[in-house]
Amino acid sequence: MNRNFKIIYKLSIILLAVLATLLLSSFVLIILGADIIQTFYTIIITPLTRMGHLSEVLVRAVPLCVIALGVAVAYRSGIINIGAEGQMAMGILGFTTVALALPDLPRAVLLPFALLASVLCGGLWGFIPGILKSKLQVSELLSTVMLNYIAAQFYSFCLRVPMLDPAEALSGAGTPQSARLTASIEIGRITGRMHYGILIALVLAVIVYIFMWKTSFGYKMRASGAQSRAARYGGINVAAYVTVAMIISGAFAGLAGGIEIAAVHRRAIEGITNNYGFSAVVVALFGMLHPFGIIPASFFFALLIYGSTLTPRAVGVPANIVEVMQGLIIIVIVTTQMILQNNYLEDKVYRWWCSKKDVKEA
Amino acid sequence: MGARCVLESVMEKRIKSLRMEDITKRFPGVLASDHISLSVDEGEILALVGENGAGKTTLMNILMGIYQQDEGRIFINGEEVHFKGPDDAFKAGLGMVHQQYMLVPGMTVTENVALGYKQAWKPLKLDLSMVRDRVMQVSQHYGLAVNPDAYVWQLSVGEQQRVELVKTLCLGARFLILDEPTSALTPQETDELIDLLKRMKNELSIIFISHKLNEVKSLSDKIAILRHGKVVFSGSTDDYLPRQIAAMMTGHEITLPENKEQDFNGETALSIKNLCVRSDRGFLALDGFSLDVRQGEIVGLAGVSGNGQRELAEAINGLRNVESGSIDFFGTEITGRSASFIISQGMGYIPEERNVEGIVPSFSIKENFILKDSDRPPFAKHRIISRKAVSDNAEELRKSFDIRCPGVNTPAGSLSGGNIQKVILARELTRSPKFLIAVYPTRGLDMGAIEFIHQELLKKRREGIGILLISEELEELMNLSDRIAVIYKGRIQKVLNHGEANKENLGILMAGLKEEDDNE
Repeated sequence: MNRNFKIIYKLSIILLAVLATLLLSSFVLIILGADIIQTFYTIIITPLTRMGHLSEVLVRAVPLCVIALGVAVAYRSGIINIGAEGQMAMGILGFTTVALALPDLPRAVLLPFALLASVLCGGLWGFIPGILKSKLQVSELLSTVMLNYIAAQFYSFCLRVPMLDPAEALSGAGTPQSARLTASIEIGRITGRMHYGILIALVLAVIVYIFMWKTSFGYKMRASGAQSRAARYGGINVAAYVTVAMIISGAFAGLAGGIEIAAVHRRAIEGITNNYGFSAVVVALFGMLHPFGIIPASFFFALLIYGSTLTPRAVGVPANIVEVMQGLIIIVIVTTQMILQNNYLEDKVYRWWCSKKDVKEA
Repeated sequence: MGARCVLESVMEKRIKSLRMEDITKRFPGVLASDHISLSVDEGEILALVGENGAGKTTLMNILMGIYQQDEGRIFINGEEVHFKGPDDAFKAGLGMVHQQYMLVPGMTVTENVALGYKQAWKPLKLDLSMVRDRVMQVSQHYGLAVNPDAYVWQLSVGEQQRVELVKTLCLGARFLILDEPTSALTPQETDELIDLLKRMKNELSIIFISHKLNEVKSLSDKIAILRHGKVVFSGSTDDYLPRQIAAMMTGHEITLPENKEQDFNGETALSIKNLCVRSDRGFLALDGFSLDVRQGEIVGLAGVSGNGQRELAEAINGLRNVESGSIDFFGTEITGRSASFIISQGMGYIPEERNVEGIVPSFSIKENFILKDSDRPPFAKHRIISRKAVSDNAEELRKSFDIRCPGVNTPAGSLSGGNIQKVILARELTRSPKFLIAVYPTRGLDMGAIEFIHQELLKKRREGIGILLISEELEELMNLSDRIAVIYKGRIQKVLNHGEANKENLGILMAGLKEEDDNE
């Protein structure tokens, strides 16, 4: 089996995966009776045509990227964090609490302090499943999902009672949201709603890369995730590193929440988490659990998410289509990975390929 | 009843002869099989020998339909066959016991057999009691003791090997391919297996892959020697001495080194007193175990696997809880301390399961070299890993330990068993340990690799390092050890000095019997 064949084989599998995703999505679109080409154009191309659109894409890419980096840290350490949704909500609450409680502090103190609060709250929400897993072998799939519900309800409660905007209470409208936060917690905007949080995301990607691949902490975490028995044998405290990885993962999600408030919404409202916590898992996998894969992956998914908001008006397709597509992408990614790892299949295809070639030559 | 039907249906498909002609198989950059031809007739045992990487396993995987040959043909009873997958080979009556066990750890022995036992797959129901009967029947018939209700993860490597044999036999194989079947068995079990195979020869044909030339000699009728994917020799086993076979196998003469040195008379390095440790199954795997090892001394621990060796190694290295008793290491109590503390005290450990414990398979070779030292100089300063130090170290170890690999960035898990063991050995020995625990260090390795490992262990002994050598290879133990302790059911049966031990008295002690003249 020569090298050329291997490369061609891998590329064609990936190409087939992309085609499969498009085909499966087209199938759904046919059921909806939509114009397929027009829909794909609206989702994938239109957002790139205008700066206004592009800045909206980037606004969505930031939380995806930050959360996915955390998910990748956890995944590499052997724990799957699907609780980012809850961790993000807790991060928002931490940020808002600080901003509401200490509105008079100068910006240089208040903003870092509020972001730190979001990091700590998210980290705490990650610590719980981490410690449960490492000490009691509780599956993180259960604990993180359950903690998502708790966080969602707690978030909802906070917006309705302790943090409820006094103006809303007065007017009697009672929209569940906090008061508008003081201007000194704001992260500045570059153009449109696109903000400097994007720099935070890029810097974090580099930090995660250095941390996971260049330091002994990262080495030990990756060893714990790759083969926990060998890690234990090597004197690595696997339980501690798994817990720490989960704290980091939660902290990233919490920070993403804080940035969203500081840069985009500037008050806690409902629906900020916007399923970013779940989408980020897909982003992390799609980015091959590597920071430099996650950056383009988060942009791509932000594109899908934003593009789908345009479809109802442009082609009359509900925005939820993108959730269907995400689901399809997950299935295709998992299948593709399994196919790429199947050496026997590769061997079979190679033989088939050779036999075709022989026939041609003869 | 059901079992008899199976037997009959299989009897119809007798394999009178099996022939492989001009089998060629290429992998990227490697010619794994180079026009290999073999034949085996009914009632014959063919031994297939060769060093690791000579292409034995590839050839057998082709025969079993797991790989497809690039060229060449296979004939059964004179008719050409094409196996598209293992299923076709099973149907033709071929059965293979792989070197790496194909068992599901979370299932019982019965359930594992049921996975392939299609007679028990009733509509909407899996007839486990039928499978269980079959397992009992086969294990009794062939004298292979297995507990059909035990979970595979609870079993020692030796026990798992027996399950593999039983499984293959249960599925009605008429032509057995055994890939190093004895590498995990104790000498007694090996002898039993060889007797068993000799008896079974009347009913079936066998291809027997082995490094152990004594076994090849006593068991096989014919022998084929592979080197670099080619048959370099084939003929009747009786005509050659093991030494001659070994020379043909490696291309040069092999003599395993022996420990002929003076007593080092070092201080006590490791002192274990009344140690009690529980196994995964919850019983006391070590029950009042005591043993001292001095510096510059190799103490061999002989025993049938599953008598507490795994638990002992794990307890000493801080990987398993200790019920009671004490472990003293150079005057420091290490009982119940963490693995990293024990490593920092200078303990070196070559673990039993090299593929999942000794290395992180997906990590590169160079990353595996720093498994225990990722936060220490020279590999890291202030916890930042120095890429250069890691690479330089890897290149150096690769050279000095002759690790054969495409490069130090290759994932360690893709290496052959012998090279994985060299990676582990290189790491453990160059960390300048004060003591070394080696658990089955040469299991499944070829003569060349064994020779190398034995030399390295003896070199460390000369440097004054104490070594606890846990092994089932009596020859290895007798060649290397200053003293041999025999473990049985978690206790020391007896400690023999170098020279006192021979195969007979060790065998008796390992079986749990005290010698008759033993009045202590």
